[in-house]
Amino acid sequence: MAPRLSVVRRDPRAGGRGAAGRDAGSGSTAGSLRRPRRRGRTGERAIGVALFLCAAVSVLTTVGIVVVLAGEAASFFREVSPIVFFTGTEWTPLFVPKRFGVLPLLAGSVLVAAGAALVALPVGLASAIYLSEYAPGRVRSVVKPALEVLAGIPTVVYGYFALTFVTPVLRMVWPQTNIFNAASASLVVGVMIIPLVSSLSEDALSAVPRTLREGAYALGATKFEVATRTVVPAALSGVLASFILAISRAIGETMIVAIAAGATPNLTLNPLESVQTMTAYIAQISMGEAPHGSIEYETIFAVGLTLFALTLLMNVLSNAVMRRYREVYE
Amino acid sequence: MRRAEGRGPRFRPRIQRRRAYGVAFAAACLGATLVGVIALAALLVDVWQDGAGTLSWSFITSYPSRIAARAGILPALVGSLWVLVLTAVISFPIGVGTAIWLEEYAPESRLKRLVQVNIANLAGVPSIVYGILGLALFVRALALGRSVISGALTLTLLILPVIIIASQEAIRAVPNSIRSGAYALGATRWQTVRGQVLPLALPGILTGTILALSRAVGEAAPLLLVGAVAFVPFVPERLTDSFTVLPIQIFNWISRPQPAFHARAAAASLVLLAVLLTLNGVAIALRNRYTKKL
Repeated sequence: MAPRLSVVRRDPRAGGRGAAGRDAGSGSTAGSLRRPRRRGRTGERAIGVALFLCAAVSVLTTVGIVVVLAGEAASFFREVSPIVFFTGTEWTPLFVPKRFGVLPLLAGSVLVAAGAALVALPVGLASAIYLSEYAPGRVRSVVKPALEVLAGIPTVVYGYFALTFVTPVLRMVWPQTNIFNAASASLVVGVMIIPLVSSLSEDALSAVPRTLREGAYALGATKFEVATRTVVPAALSGVLASFILAISRAIGETMIVAIAAGATPNLTLNPLESVQTMTAYIAQISMGEAPHGSIEYETIFAVGLTLFALTLLMNVLSNAVMRRYREVYE
Repeated sequence: MRRAEGRGPRFRPRIQRRRAYGVAFAAACLGATLVGVIALAALLVDVWQDGAGTLSWSFITSYPSRIAARAGILPALVGSLWVLVLTAVISFPIGVGTAIWLEEYAPESRLKRLVQVNIANLAGVPSIVYGILGLALFVRALALGRSVISGALTLTLLILPVIIIASQEAIRAVPNSIRSGAYALGATRWQTVRGQVLPLALPGILTGTILALSRAVGEAAPLLLVGAVAFVPFVPERLTDSFTVLPIQIFNWISRPQPAFHARAAAASLVLLAVLLTLNGVAIALRNRYTKKL
């Protein structure tokens, strides 16, 4: 084995001396083995480079996002001071007088995401506990695919559901509800992120070592106590990471809020009123053919940068929480 | 120990009460689990009731119209298929290439970690931000205009992280002994990857790719920015033609006040769900075949 390996290793050097020297230096079998290998060596390197270029695409995507958002936002901030942008309470870029205070949009996003979290976090965690600790095999085999389907429903279809089903129900209960309202969008965004919370939390709960559960049972704990006082605390960082990720997803959701929450930038805490989120504003402007270079066009990038920064922050936070969890059990 | 006994209250197991808590909690968890299932059922029933009556062959083969009764989805359906095929063709090699580089080629280095962290973060970027990138990069800077190819490129960037992560998992699942065996027989790295690792990982890679593509087919937000317009009275024939897709068409019809258009939106949603169901069916079939082989 060892001598053959050394032949293989000597090959490229032999190749450097030229084809004639190579053929003279070895038997016919070795020569026929060697030739494709020499051609392969340049090919190998080319393949390595090509694969690296593929990987570079995703890095360039990030660079592209940052450059595009920051570049256009910079020219926006030359006309509107960042202080006005982040503290102003009126957002009317399409009317006279134009006002560029992003707070109403930010509040809209936060209101919708908070409502969605109110629905999805408890429901998602409880279903994760059920699936991980209680569910018999047959129930799991029905519920898990159903949740997967739920995760695959396009968001426009969710939006349709919000507008034509959830909103009428809300209006039956609270007649003063606006046709476009934050509550309906919140509820449906909440439903949309349930699968995310439940599947990630379930992963975290299932990863808790069996020995911890058995220890708790040995001390006389009931199944309920094992689940709530041993398993959930042990998986807490994984569960929290899934919560943060889900809220970040809710903030970034566009179509449901564009369809169901309306297009009125509105600094309010009343979920029965119409609000506009950052995402819905970007969608609205992009449909309206804002001329390139105009201040309306640039608002897309300023709002987009705010949205990107916010969600990136939450994703990084979620990853950091998750990493802490990994250190405990691996 | 003795002090604790003297000070603390006598231990009362109260096992009945604790069991009762447990039963109530289990019931609550079951109820929460059913919330998702019931919401899914309500959504499907709602869309079916509103849309099934409108569904017909002429609905699928007609062009959009200002008159609800005549409006159809042909350009949107063809546009969605265009975008699906183009996105698949562009994203598959890049995504799999990245996964191979990360799993088989890249040495443990800062660069590899950077790429890996970057991909994880890209997966969490809201889809509309990809739309902004597509608008600035493909539509404006590369002057591709509001075209099919701009849309496909934008969706490619959107789903690349999903494809990469799924492919990495599939490649990682290939046992190391296979690689060692190939190397021992004198295969080069690429020969090992192409001849041994990829064939074994392919079902997993394809499943992940198809699921990512079904996400791309359902996306509307990034394409709004790239400029898919809802009223396209023709079927796109070239890469630079303007286009629309099913989700955009649905969004446009929902946004109109007339209920007749809402019915069209529901019917188009049914068609979209059927397309997604087909894609997912293929993915599940692949997954099952794969599990049988192992």
